[in-house]
Amino acid sequence: MSVRFISCLSALVLAAVCAAASWAYAAETPDPVADAGAFRDYFTRKFPKVVLEDFVNGPYSMNEDMHRQWEEKEQFPPYEFALEAGKEMFSKPFKNGKSYADCFANGGIGVRQTYPMFDAADGKVITLELALNRCREANGEAPYSYVKDEMAALTAYMAFTSRGKPFDIRIPDDPRALDAYQEGKRYFYTRRGQLNFSCATCHVQSPGERIRAEILAPALGILNAMPIYRSEWSGMGTTSRRFTSCNSQIRGVPLEPQSDEYRNLEYYLSYVSNGLPISGPGARP
Amino acid sequence: MALVVASLLLLAGPSCAHADGSEADFKAAYAAAEAAEKEAGTLRNQWTTTESTLASAKKAAAGGNFEQAVALSKEAEALAKASIFQATSEKDAWKALEIR
Repeated sequence: MSVRFISCLSALVLAAVCAAASWAYAAETPDPVADAGAFRDYFTRKFPKVVLEDFVNGPYSMNEDMHRQWEEKEQFPPYEFALEAGKEMFSKPFKNGKSYADCFANGGIGVRQTYPMFDAADGKVITLELALNRCREANGEAPYSYVKDEMAALTAYMAFTSRGKPFDIRIPDDPRALDAYQEGKRYFYTRRGQLNFSCATCHVQSPGERIRAEILAPALGILNAMPIYRSEWSGMGTTSRRFTSCNSQIRGVPLEPQSDEYRNLEYYLSYVSNGLPISGPGARP
Repeated sequence: MALVVASLLLLAGPSCAHADGSEADFKAAYAAAEAAEKEAGTLRNQWTTTESTLASAKKAAAGGNFEQAVALSKEAEALAKASIFQATSEKDAWKALEIR
């Protein structure tokens, strides 16, 4: 066997190894644009009769009866009291004279569709709920509970000022942002809890189906309506409340609200609903 | 002879069962369950049922029912180990559910 033959063979083996490695890298490298396209295609193919923008109405988009219920509900929306409270809270200055408007772009009006966003300084995802509490703390006020009424009221008002604006979640050219997105995706599809459910088990595999008395919402557009009034809760709930209660329902111990995992999950789920209008605050059974 | 051995075993039976229900047995079983649950916690994948079973075990021990407390501790340990298995296997298994 000549030296030339051996070196040619080595080169071929090396090329094959490199090609395999680059294929594996491509397969593992997150591609949010492709993900969002595939996500949307999946739901529009599964529910060809549902108008794309209607997915933001969750279970109420799943059939005509439910849609009629939603229309009737919107005549006297149960979230109205929270909206009023949120508006008042938002405009009331802090003790130092500043207000929420000082913490947000455009005075906080019509900006909900840009949250969550990636904060390069922090290297982490910042949700609207987190931004509101950081604003409070920066101005000497105590933070609100992430799952209770005050936070729901504030986010309800901010969502209302953004109604109709399409979700516009950006993933900057920063590997940490892409990691956060990927971690959110991993959380979404990971089975957990004694019932061995992932978020996708209900909201990808079974939307439109009943789970006990409820109709499951599709994952596409599921956060566009947040915060929501839920009859089951007899009150308003934030995205944090939704995530923690989902975890409890599958017999998993919920993580702390606004943990990195939940922030990343919100980032992923919001990104794949880009282009769909904000419809919050919403109402759900 | 065989009868004597069998009788001795029969007599030893209840005392062995009693040994499984002492306070020391409970402490050992509970510590094992708690360690497994702590590991599930580091994997961010604890189950509510493990937590409630651990609480029930503690309550049974506080009431002096160590036999039940040991049984509940062992159940909690099994639940915690199942949640660890779930978290470990899901490290890659989640990809099978992904919309592509």
